[in-house]
Amino acid sequence: MRIYATLVYLFLYFPIALIVGFSFNAGKYAMDWQGFSLAWYSKAFSNPLILQALITSLIIAGMTALLSAIIGTMTALGLERVTGRTRTIFDALIYISIMVPGIVIGISTLIAFVTLFNMVNPLLLSLWNIKIEMGIWTVIAAHVLFNLAVVCLLVRARLTGMDRSLVEASEDLYATPMGTFRQVVLPLLMPSILAGFLLSFTFSFEDFIITFFVAGPNVTLPIYVFSSIRRGVTPEINAVGTVVLLSSLLLLVIAQVILQRSEKIAVAKS
Amino acid sequence: MFEQPVIAFENVTKTFGNVHAVVDNNLAVKAGEFLSILGPSGCGKTTSLRMMAGFEQPSSGAVSIQGQNMTGVPAFLRPVNMVFQHYALFPHLNVADNVSYGLRQRRPKPADAELAKSVADALEMVRLSGYEKRRSYELSGGQQQRVALARALINRPAVLLLDEPLAALDRKLRREMQIELQNLQRNLGITFLLVTHDQEEALSMSDRVCVMREGRIVQIGSPRELYDKPINSYVAGFVGKANFFVGPKADTVLCVRPELLEISATRKTLPQGLADAFDVTVLNRIFLGEHTEYLVRHESLGDFTVLSPRKSEHASGVFDIGDKAAVGWHKSAAQILTTT
Repeated sequence: MRIYATLVYLFLYFPIALIVGFSFNAGKYAMDWQGFSLAWYSKAFSNPLILQALITSLIIAGMTALLSAIIGTMTALGLERVTGRTRTIFDALIYISIMVPGIVIGISTLIAFVTLFNMVNPLLLSLWNIKIEMGIWTVIAAHVLFNLAVVCLLVRARLTGMDRSLVEASEDLYATPMGTFRQVVLPLLMPSILAGFLLSFTFSFEDFIITFFVAGPNVTLPIYVFSSIRRGVTPEINAVGTVVLLSSLLLLVIAQVILQRSEKIAVAKS
Repeated sequence: MFEQPVIAFENVTKTFGNVHAVVDNNLAVKAGEFLSILGPSGCGKTTSLRMMAGFEQPSSGAVSIQGQNMTGVPAFLRPVNMVFQHYALFPHLNVADNVSYGLRQRRPKPADAELAKSVADALEMVRLSGYEKRRSYELSGGQQQRVALARALINRPAVLLLDEPLAALDRKLRREMQIELQNLQRNLGITFLLVTHDQEEALSMSDRVCVMREGRIVQIGSPRELYDKPINSYVAGFVGKANFFVGPKADTVLCVRPELLEISATRKTLPQGLADAFDVTVLNRIFLGEHTEYLVRHESLGDFTVLSPRKSEHASGVFDIGDKAAVGWHKSAAQILTTT
């Protein structure tokens, strides 16, 4: 059993470890160890193409995380008040958007966007001589589509665990409904919203499949990595991969710590 | 002189679906009193409280507070405050911010120095000075209870509503808090309305007790009135212990409190002037410290309990299980009550 587990983990993580290891290689070829060096990191981050891709990725991830956090929280709060069939249907839709493979979201949003453009572009062209096309905003829209479900699930878990009498206590102490939301509900939900924000940022930042379909001419970091690999793996790509990996890991750990800390407080309370 | 009640129910009925939680209720809370609503779970006492606080609206009838009709008035506009069963302290705020929460909702907002002073006074009142910076989950149950009290009382509400506030505390702490609540109520002169299913709690603290059953008020009066002159067998059985024997008419019972029964070895040794005396067999004995409780059996009356005070044991004697004994009562001890 233990040997199996070791083999499985080795199979999973050995390639990743190789990439991290060889990103510090002084030599010119990816798999030929010549000694420790940070040269490829400085090379990678002075490459204007990589920097441009990084900035694009950061903008997309940041906007996705922000929109997902806001819309996801609003969805969770709205669903609180819905009961019966409508609730079941919405619940199912939210789970589906998480479980559906990225490639399906990619293709379906691509088709949806193209259909939309075909419908409105003739009108826009004739009226103001403009047209809409694929760009950063289509990537953001596609990413928000499934990340808002992630935020929604996190916030809902917190909402159901929340003591209803806290809201009543606030109302009893003269706080208006808006005041109660601002002073009690929002602060109590904040850990989940923040964790959802960080997860969405990570998922969006490292996403390749969906982005590939709807990015148009834009190049994000994962897309850049993919296209340069076709010309052969260089230590430069290893360095970029390592940075993406470590920053994603860091964000995930922070999200996990935030969730666990808030849970501890909730448990200590009851 | 007619005094306006601080809270008045006018034919208040509340239904949830098919359940009639409160039925045609005309409760009137007098200003400055300590009133308890007593009843088993599901009798409508908590629903009544929630209609006063504004968390529920009556299905029909009206609630008024200080003469103002509260129909449609939301909780945050009502001049009452509540202590919740599980305290409902805000876990993300420290004790000082919890206590000052009500004051901080006022517009214009009171100055920080003023708030700090009010919080310090409120915490001193509940003997928690110096706990300002603590978080609620760092406090014991009794301390959380006091913070909840301070958080409500700092607003000087017209009525303080208490929803089973002592249910979560252990016995000794509950006793202490009962005394503390009573003292607070007397010193502040604020009307307290307590909801409880614990008859001992209701009797020991209140000026008046309102017994509820299935949404209706059964009887309302001072603890002594309820105990000595229960309106029916339900009140007699719920307030204190009672023995019920077959009554003289249909739908009536003869009610005798266990502590008003006399017990002795034989009929001859019973005190003089008893209205009735019976030969019984002792079935069980429970030692309660200041009393001994006997469960006895009479061949036609059935089983009933007798409380024999420690003080008179030298005269009455102590009985073992299976012993024969004689039991009797004075005429004044027996009451004929209607059953419900």
